[in-house]
Amino acid sequence: MDIFAPLLQYLISGLTNGAIYALIALGFGIIYNATTIINFAQGEMVMLGAMAAISFYHLHPSLPLAFAAGMGVVTVVGVVFERLALRPVKDPSPITLIIITVGGAVFIKGAAMMLWGKDAYPLPPFTGNVPIYLGTATVLPQNLWVMGLTAALVLALEAFFRLTLAGKAMRACAYNNRAARLMGISAGRMVQLSFGLAAALGAGAGILIAPLTLGVYDMGLMLGLKGFSAAIIGGLGSLLGGVLGGLVLGVAESLATGFISSGYRDAVAFLLLLLVLFLRPQGLMGGGK
Amino acid sequence: MLKIRNLHAFYGSVLALSGVTCHVREGEVVALIGANGAGKSTLLNAICGLVRTQGEVKFQGKNVAGLAPEDIVALGISQVPEGRQLFAPMTVAENLELGAYLRFRRGHKKEIAQDLEHAYGLFPRLKERLSQKAGTLSGGEQQMLAIARALMARPRLLLLDEPSLGLAPIVVEDILSTLARLRDEGLTVLLVEQNARAALKIADRAYVLETGRIILSGAAQDLLQDRQVTRAYLGKDYKEFTEGR
Repeated sequence: MDIFAPLLQYLISGLTNGAIYALIALGFGIIYNATTIINFAQGEMVMLGAMAAISFYHLHPSLPLAFAAGMGVVTVVGVVFERLALRPVKDPSPITLIIITVGGAVFIKGAAMMLWGKDAYPLPPFTGNVPIYLGTATVLPQNLWVMGLTAALVLALEAFFRLTLAGKAMRACAYNNRAARLMGISAGRMVQLSFGLAAALGAGAGILIAPLTLGVYDMGLMLGLKGFSAAIIGGLGSLLGGVLGGLVLGVAESLATGFISSGYRDAVAFLLLLLVLFLRPQGLMGGGK
Repeated sequence: MLKIRNLHAFYGSVLALSGVTCHVREGEVVALIGANGAGKSTLLNAICGLVRTQGEVKFQGKNVAGLAPEDIVALGISQVPEGRQLFAPMTVAENLELGAYLRFRRGHKKEIAQDLEHAYGLFPRLKERLSQKAGTLSGGEQQMLAIARALMARPRLLLLDEPSLGLAPIVVEDILSTLARLRDEGLTVLLVEQNARAALKIADRAYVLETGRIILSGAAQDLLQDRQVTRAYLGKDYKEFTEGR
């Protein structure tokens, strides 16, 4: 019983973080599907989402409004980033573009530091801070918000890909880019859409996590790397894989923190990444593409 | 309808087409025959805007060289690419829907529904398999779907790249008779085929392409009788050829 008593608690915090990782991972996957590049600025979209929502909340203390405005602004940033930093590249080989995204990440982080300074800012939890007791474990309402809204966003994304013409066109591009162009699907438009979607998901993740961790200009790097790991673990480009990878990673981290030491938290994440790369490089859900 | 003058195309720095001049008149079926690597697919891709070119490609009087593929599709040129290139993990219905992508964006829903019925009329088997994944269809069904998908854009000019590739002779017959039917309905077709005999049988005119140049052109019936073509592309025995059968 001694071991199992805290297990539920670890699972709850693991699934909460995992949900955040999953949203970030989906952003990596969506951009990869449209462009075959890894967008290392994805973590900065998470940070921007959190910081923008905090600023909007200060201007007008309404959380739903701050959430929507934060996601909206960052979506625009994602699209503009692609337009200004990636589209004009004359020799768009994947490696060039990936390096540009790394540079973009550094730039965005620097700009955020100038804009918001180095302080960490709070965002109030969406519905108070009164814990709910589940046996020996406690759940904060914000944990439920994170998991619930992540589930809602994932379902909305799935519906977008299955039911809308734009979503189907994006999938078509990922499956067979040349054929998609022969159907009249504009590759450039799909890339733009993918950057917008990924930025929106990242921003959503940042706004959800901000009440639990505070928002600070350099929060993007680690969250981005975790989301990237989750995407690889689950299988880059697979929606189900991204979600699964995020949850597995979050729970593994949380168990390591609880049963071993919080110092090993990040080590476990990257150990898991290496294990997957050694044993199943296509990821848990990745097909042999 | 389609006029190509002095077209050069490159893959990287490799010259794949050098000075191709040809044309397709409205309502014609024109065959493009030639060996592997002669530049047939390159020519189709050049028309569709998928490869960089120099020279003139005029479609209905408008120069389309240098336009993006989506703009060329919008003008009424569709391609059925070599090897079908279906969206394999997507259903038959989704593949057809994406074929009409540009028209959906313009809101032509009613016409699209009519065209779907037309496609089912041409290929009844597709209708039975609407919810099946395209990748699980047989080779012949995949080719039918590729053609139906291209038709969903309601093209004025249909480009077909090796539609008989890897199919059983009986299925090839099927596909070719469908092409004949489409021609009778007024569609203009540019057909690339390695199966030169089959292509020449349904074509009005043909061009023979060799190492990026057009070396011969004429009425399909004449080319079927032409000695050079017979020897090189129709698989006549060399002895038969030299002794004049």
